[in-house]
Amino acid sequence: MSKIKEAFKNKKAFIPFISCGYPDLDFTADLVRALADNGADLIELGIPFSDPTAEGPIIMEASSKALAGGATIDRIFDMVSQLRKDVRVPMVFMTYANLVFSYGIDSFAKESAKLGMDGLILPDVPLEEKEEFAPSFRKYGLDFISLIAPSSRDRIGLIASQAEGFLYCVSSLGVTGTRDHITTDIKGMVDRVGLSNPDIPCAIGFGISNPDQARQLCQYADGVIVGSALMKLVKDHGRAALGHIIDLSRQIKASINE
Amino acid sequence: MGEEDTKRQALNVYRMKLLGAKVIPVTSGTATLKDAVSETMREWTRRIDDTHYCLGSVMGPHPFPTMVRDFQAVISREIKDQVMEREGRLPDMVIACVGGGSNAIGAFYHFIDDPSVQLIGCEAAGRGIDSLETAATINTGSLGIFHGMKSYFCQDQNGHIAPVYSISAGLDYPGVGPEHAWLHDIGRAKYVAITDDEAVDAFEYLSRTEGIIPAIESAHALAYAIKIAPKMDKDQLMVVNVSGRGDKDCAAIARYRGENINE
Repeated sequence: MSKIKEAFKNKKAFIPFISCGYPDLDFTADLVRALADNGADLIELGIPFSDPTAEGPIIMEASSKALAGGATIDRIFDMVSQLRKDVRVPMVFMTYANLVFSYGIDSFAKESAKLGMDGLILPDVPLEEKEEFAPSFRKYGLDFISLIAPSSRDRIGLIASQAEGFLYCVSSLGVTGTRDHITTDIKGMVDRVGLSNPDIPCAIGFGISNPDQARQLCQYADGVIVGSALMKLVKDHGRAALGHIIDLSRQIKASINE
Repeated sequence: MGEEDTKRQALNVYRMKLLGAKVIPVTSGTATLKDAVSETMREWTRRIDDTHYCLGSVMGPHPFPTMVRDFQAVISREIKDQVMEREGRLPDMVIACVGGGSNAIGAFYHFIDDPSVQLIGCEAAGRGIDSLETAATINTGSLGIFHGMKSYFCQDQNGHIAPVYSISAGLDYPGVGPEHAWLHDIGRAKYVAITDDEAVDAFEYLSRTEGIIPAIESAHALAYAIKIAPKMDKDQLMVVNVSGRGDKDCAAIARYRGENINE
């Protein structure tokens, strides 16, 4: 079993997303350690891209500030190699196809594996194009995470049947960002996944910002992904966000496993 | 529309509003076409149930570039019919400007299988392909994946999309339609770079000599025609696609020449 699947074993998983390098990589490293110690079962490390088309305003701003501060892939890799000396929690990169393609798909996969990463999420690579990427990651033992959205409908079964690690279930139409209400039939989505691949854990992301939402969604799902809500705390509080993020993480982690 | 372009294309914005459109300026990134496309894609994901997004060019995810190509292909069908009717032979060269490349693919399409017809795409070199202020994607870019397509893009060494520049808002985009990338790769079409200066000269030249004010985009194609015509035989046939009219560009060109006029 992959380390990612293990993160879902016998519990609901809390999966925080961090924009690497926002506001700088030292803060990111502190944040990863704090999250690992305070409830994170799996951590998504966002590698900032110049034109992040799946992101709403909060992560767009985080990405552009991180890039202005020099958060390159090489510097992020250096940070991960330091982190992996003491951080054991499974971690995946989330970024956009062009950065991986430009780095060299095989080199990126090889380097990620060497660093001790466990998988990769590329939101702009659909099922039909994923074989350009996935085999390299498979070769080095990393999971290439697939996404489904409410618009996936009849494709849900097909995508789920090929899913590795976990299935990233997008809660609502649109881009990342906090939402007050999630109206999608999450139970229906998760049930359809189960019909075609009962072994793949489903984690819900996009729009989740508080423990109540997380608890409700985890009645059906195997975990929740929280990104914009955490990055908004960084935007509002700068380095002092660390304490706020620890509080929110503990609350979410507690609420989903009640 | 990128906020920057709403200023450069103020007349077009006014026209769109006059016809009942709502025009939303995009302020993210470089506030030009690339960012307008990204924001539209973000909006599209919110309302994918009732909306298709056909970029105004042969770009984006399949099948949109193919659809736009097929719609635009009427240009080369008509060129072919008319030139055959009048001259009884195919043209020797077809020239069109290329940003994303919709008018160019339209002008090329029905000639692709006629190897005697040279196909020339004119990219916007901006202040020159050796400067950073250029939008000549095939001449200066590299292979990448962005906006739902794999093609050539202006990008930095890490794969971040580069800011681009051209006097022409319609050519000011960091990528090119994937079918042009293919025509370039197989050597079927040739892509040349035309600077702002050359395009403005051609804009003025056609206005003065023919009384036709071409779009500054199309003036890039005209500039190459002016360059290459003296090297061709007198009886060779050349087609230049004047893809748009230049009323919208007059104020900007006047400014380029140091003259401030009120639109």
